[in-house]
Amino acid sequence: MEPTPTDRFANRYPILGGGFFLAGRASGEVKRRLSELSLPKELLRRVVIATYEAEMNIVIHAVSGEVAISVEGDAIRVVAKDRGPGIADVQEAMKLGFSTASEKARSLGFGAGMGLTNMQRCADEFRIASEVDRGTCVEMTFRPRPVDSKEEQQDDGN
Amino acid sequence: MTVTEVAEALGLEIVTGQENLDRSVTGGCVSDLLSYVMGNAAAGNLWITIQVHPNIVGVAELLDLAGIVVAHGQDLETPTVEKAREHGIPVLTSQETAFTLAGRLYALGVT
Repeated sequence: MEPTPTDRFANRYPILGGGFFLAGRASGEVKRRLSELSLPKELLRRVVIATYEAEMNIVIHAVSGEVAISVEGDAIRVVAKDRGPGIADVQEAMKLGFSTASEKARSLGFGAGMGLTNMQRCADEFRIASEVDRGTCVEMTFRPRPVDSKEEQQDDGN
Repeated sequence: MTVTEVAEALGLEIVTGQENLDRSVTGGCVSDLLSYVMGNAAAGNLWITIQVHPNIVGVAELLDLAGIVVAHGQDLETPTVEKAREHGIPVLTSQETAFTLAGRLYALGVT
C-alpha cells in the first residue's frame, strides 16, 4: 500500500504535569523532527510556538497529558490533551492576561495569561474543549501562510 | 553586529555558547514573561531577562535566539548553565539592569 501523507510524520509526546524541569522537551523534540521535513520557516515557527504553549499549559495546570503531532498534506496538526482540572469558563480563559497559574509558575515567568492567545494567533484552525475535573483538549491546524517579509529579513538563516 | 561584538561593547560575561558567538544579532527582546518572548521575539534576537531557570534555555532554543543576556547580576541556576552548554546557547551575564542593557544595545544600532 502507498503511504499516505499522514504517514510521513505522526508522533505523540507524553508530558508530566508539574514537571518544570523537563518542560519544553516535547516541543524541542517536535521541532527537531519537523525540521527534517524542510517546511516553510514561518510555518515551523508557528507550530513550535503553539506546541510549546500547549506543553506549558499541561505542565502548569494538568496532572499529565500528551501532545500529538501529524503531517496531513501541507498542513500540520497538533492535538494537546490532558488529564487535569479542566477549564470552567473557556471564554474567560481565552482572554489575554487571564490565568489561574500557581505562584510558583508565575515566579518562573509562566502564567502570564498569554498562552492560549499565542496558540490561537499561531494556528490557522484552533479548537478547545474542556471538562471540569477531567481535562482539556486543544486541536490546532497550521498551514503555510504568505511570507511576512519583515520576519524573513530578521531571520539570519541559522 | 555579532554576539561577540555586543558582548565586548557591553562588557558582558560569556558563560556558555562560546561556539555560537559569531551569529549576527537581528534585534532584541526584553521580558521576564516566557510567553511574551515566545510570541514576540524573532530568530537571531538577543533576549534580556532576569529569569535564571533552565526553561529560558528551552525558549531560546525553540526560537533560535542569538543568545540570552541575564541582567542585574542574577545568579544563574546550575541546571540552566548545564542545559545551555549542552545545546550551545550563548548565555551572557551583566551587573547592569535590563533597562540599561536594552538602552545600550539600542544605542549600538541593534533595533
